[in-house]
Amino acid sequence: MYDPTVARLTYRALLGRRRALILGALPLLLIAISVVVRGLAGADDQTASDLLGGLALATMVPIIGVIAGTGAIGPEIDDGSVVYLLSKPIKRPTIIFTKLIVAIAVTMVFSAVPTLIAGFILNGNGQQIAVAYTVAALVASIAYAALFLLLGTVSRHAVVFGLVYALVWEALFGSLVAGARTLSVQQWSLAVAQKVAGGDLVTSDVGLTTATVLLVAVTVLATWYAGQKLRSLTLAGEE
Amino acid sequence: MAVEQPMRTPAAPSGDQTRIHNIGYRSYDGPRLGRSYATRSLYSQSLRGSYGLGRSVKSKVLPMLLFVVMCVPAAIMVAVAVATKAKDLPVDYTRYAIVMQAVISLYVASQAPQSVSRDLRFKTVPLYFSRPIETADYVRAKFAALASALFILTAAPLLVLYVGALLAKLDFTDQTKGFAQGLVSVALLSLLFAGLGLVIASVTPRRGFGIAAVIAVLTISYGAVSTLQAIADAQTSTGSIAWIGLFSPITLIDGVQSAFLGASSAFPGGVGPTNGEGVVYVLVTLGLIAACYGLMMRRYRKVGL
Repeated sequence: MYDPTVARLTYRALLGRRRALILGALPLLLIAISVVVRGLAGADDQTASDLLGGLALATMVPIIGVIAGTGAIGPEIDDGSVVYLLSKPIKRPTIIFTKLIVAIAVTMVFSAVPTLIAGFILNGNGQQIAVAYTVAALVASIAYAALFLLLGTVSRHAVVFGLVYALVWEALFGSLVAGARTLSVQQWSLAVAQKVAGGDLVTSDVGLTTATVLLVAVTVLATWYAGQKLRSLTLAGEE
Repeated sequence: MAVEQPMRTPAAPSGDQTRIHNIGYRSYDGPRLGRSYATRSLYSQSLRGSYGLGRSVKSKVLPMLLFVVMCVPAAIMVAVAVATKAKDLPVDYTRYAIVMQAVISLYVASQAPQSVSRDLRFKTVPLYFSRPIETADYVRAKFAALASALFILTAAPLLVLYVGALLAKLDFTDQTKGFAQGLVSVALLSLLFAGLGLVIASVTPRRGFGIAAVIAVLTISYGAVSTLQAIADAQTSTGSIAWIGLFSPITLIDGVQSAFLGASSAFPGGVGPTNGEGVVYVLVTLGLIAACYGLMMRRYRKVGL
């Protein structure tokens, strides 16, 4: 199910040349802001929770997920070089699975690790906040990567739709309509974080069982459907 | 095959006789429309392209959808204001773009790469420069086209609000003043966002990566700035709120308009910059726009040649 060559090529496509630097700029910004906030406000659990929840989990994880998830397959489909990959005797679901693993790994490294570091800078992991948000970022990375990888195979405008979901649906509708929060990867991962933190600082609108079931279901279904989509891929000419 | 060639025998066959073939093509001797015409064509093509006109149906969907999303709240507000005979519009003209910033950011992110990244990827930039346009013409045409597209996107809902306000018989001078202030602020916003979007998009030939990069710069900078401002507000160090606002495009516009265009600030605590700080805001905004133009010129001086 895992093909090292496809994985290597995907890593190169995602992180090759100067792209790793651009991807690395976001985590660095988060850590820099944490240092500034620690200097301004001192160690405060509420501030740490607000910053990690508002900036790290709500903005940074989805954006890195979009870049890694759609970037793992989108550009290849876009410039047509995916036919060379598809013409090799590798099962299409294997290709998807390998690309998913790579996308998850990249998202985790560039979002969960800086979240942990920022958490420790902000309040030294008081009330388990840093660990809780790191777990949430890890869980969200898996779901986002699978979801956006599927989008990359379905549409040529995957990045836009991914961003519309991440920014408009989760951030805007999520704050206005309560029902939209049930259908949001962010809230599902927060439910897991709530379990880890145990306190009142990290809260979610979704129960832990619902969240876990939905997370697993979304990841598995998206991966399966992306594999199916790749089996019957048509290369369109005009965008 | 001895086909008789319609030779264009020059009157005086002196000098240029060294050619091997003269297969008799006529050279073009009609009027040449020149550099400014080519620039204008590029501008109108880019502007139409920003709304998907002249492109496939699929590429019309997103810009048109965003345009509708931008205008519908204004129409609803106007309808409510007319129906309830309100004394004032629920949202200031200057505040509207700030509230709808997510839509504007998405529009810039989706259309800026559309405008420049594809030229880079399909290597059509050298073809443009084989016409009588210069680097500066290309950059100006693209910049002006995206700025105009953004101005249409941000000014249309203001127009809806203004017409609605006049229909609701609100105070004419008051509304006109607000409308004019709103137009100035969205014009600044259009120039700033178009510049930032194009500079980022012109670096990468990959459209998807350009979109993500533009949206990341716009939203992350806003997220970071508003978080820091909220913390500064909680720490009651209100003096630093205005200075932090300099670091993201939307708070920059917010600062300019609350200092000089009579807008109420969206900063935490509602404290906008003072007049002195406002001057800095204006300078930074204009400086950023000029810097974007300079960077684009630098980028296109070498690209594709």
